[in-house]
Amino acid sequence: MISKYRVLPGPEHFLPPAAARMGIQLPNPGEAHINGVIAPEEKAYEEAARQFLMAKVPTIFPGPLVLWAWNEKAAKKATAIRHLYNILKECVQPGQKAMLIPMPDYRPKYPKINPEVEINPNHPNLTIWHNKIDCCMFVGVHCHQANLSLKIIRGGTSCYTIAMCAQAGHEDAMLSFRDASVEKIMRLADTIKRLKGTVQPRLETAKSSASS
Amino acid sequence: MATPPSVIGTQNKKGQTYTDPWKLLHEAPRTPSFFTGSEVIKEAVRRSSCDVMIAYPITPQSEAAALIGELFAEGYIGDYFRGESEFAVMSQCAGAAFGGARVFTTTAGPGTMRAMENFPMWAGARLPIQMIVTCRGINSPLSIQPDTLEISYLLNTGMLVWHAETAQDFFDWILKGYLVSEEPDVHLPLALCCDGFFVTHTKDVVNLTPADMCLPPYDPYRSPVPCMDMECPPVRMMRDPFVMKSNYISYATHASWQQEIWAAIERSRKHSIHWLNGLIDTENVDAEILIVTSGTAVSQGREAIRLLEEEGVRCGLVKVKTLRPWPEDEIREATKNAKHIFVPEFNVTGWLAKEIRATIPNPHRVHAGPHVCGGMTMPPEIIVSEIKTALGMKSFSLAGRGS
Repeated sequence: MISKYRVLPGPEHFLPPAAARMGIQLPNPGEAHINGVIAPEEKAYEEAARQFLMAKVPTIFPGPLVLWAWNEKAAKKATAIRHLYNILKECVQPGQKAMLIPMPDYRPKYPKINPEVEINPNHPNLTIWHNKIDCCMFVGVHCHQANLSLKIIRGGTSCYTIAMCAQAGHEDAMLSFRDASVEKIMRLADTIKRLKGTVQPRLETAKSSASS
Repeated sequence: MATPPSVIGTQNKKGQTYTDPWKLLHEAPRTPSFFTGSEVIKEAVRRSSCDVMIAYPITPQSEAAALIGELFAEGYIGDYFRGESEFAVMSQCAGAAFGGARVFTTTAGPGTMRAMENFPMWAGARLPIQMIVTCRGINSPLSIQPDTLEISYLLNTGMLVWHAETAQDFFDWILKGYLVSEEPDVHLPLALCCDGFFVTHTKDVVNLTPADMCLPPYDPYRSPVPCMDMECPPVRMMRDPFVMKSNYISYATHASWQQEIWAAIERSRKHSIHWLNGLIDTENVDAEILIVTSGTAVSQGREAIRLLEEEGVRCGLVKVKTLRPWPEDEIREATKNAKHIFVPEFNVTGWLAKEIRATIPNPHRVHAGPHVCGGMTMPPEIIVSEIKTALGMKSFSLAGRGS
């Protein structure tokens, strides 16, 4: 059954549903999804780059799988993510602010995290709201923790979410790649570079149910 | 964390070749073997590259648990031991799975009920443990005979729940179960159920894959949660866990966590369809009368259909293979032409009929029954009788049979 549900920026609901339970399916290898609709990967690169270049505070959230040098592949991915961030910084216009905020681990932190320096999957909105992030990309975050965060973000903020997933992808993100590799991260960087200057940035920042 | 190279084509310490799962299950030669269901469980586990099996005796799964002990003695399983109780077994299974092992266990009846607290914990922790449930009576007075009431308690634990009809299902689904439940977008425990004694203690011809071929080992680094990270949930549950905090963020996190478990069940749909060739099997669903059921009630239903055909009554069959994920769309489509839907079950409550009623339009079409329970058999004649009575046809009671 084809779902009419679409995975869109929120704030969606007090408790938004898991997109999978609304009939949204994950892409097969070679595909991506945009707003819950399966799309060719080519299109997803363009759309992800466009969203990054439109955002006032485009942000990359690297997780433990790329922040720690578990193996050679993880280290190479980390280098590619740093490259993507540098490209993003180069390509945004005055008034836009690219950020790189790590999710170093998933430990519950109380009374709360410092949203200036990190994001936590249990209360990701604190970082989104504090930094007025309106577009973010998860990369190197374990799938369960990423889905946990993506639903909470969709519920309480208007932030556009992108997942660069090394496994099967995330239907709870507004845009998701699967089988993420160094090559895919570099290709996204190249696409951002190519589209530089062709996308009009948004003026408003992420709205939230708390601040609005 | 190392990225493991592909092991396909290499051999384990027993000389079994790690084989591409699709080739193992669909292309490898099969040998017909005359085995009990318990022996079939042993043979499936032999080919499953299992790391740990934890056992505790309770009829009718004890024989399978003991036979897997033989596999350990032969060197096919990494570790095998008896837990202190069913609750302990399921907790120990969690520990082994947290540590990155492929885990197998078997349970039944009151033992399953005693261990129940662990099953939502397994699901919440995203542990792809496989648990065989050889269903039997659970209530007092004691019964060790077949009864599927315990399945209804498993349906809302967050586990995948499959219901095998035959020993052949059992053999194939044990292997396929790991392939589905270990997918990173699923990564949930599987309760693979059968009707005790009918499947476990009767002999049947089962087509086995070669004993020198086995599944590739489990790769815990594809897990959607960190493997054995003592500082983070789900392993870290009791020291400053977010679930113990009373504030909106904690509740929202826990809610999102629960949703993710059920989202993972939804994601298992695609993989289950791939490996099981659909979530249901159908025969003649253009008929106005359908039998929709699961487990060995399917076999009895098939025989009832044959008896009805002899009397000129045409009846179709829907075999429900997976209860979680629930084949909602499939059942709706398969029953769209039916005027009467009969759901024979080996339990007193008719939980399957309730699920079907909640799924289809015009649920008054569902006749919940016939039911037997407490170890009674279900002669095909009572299904025939139920159908004929509902249709207003003359039917003889079987109650006096044998008097």
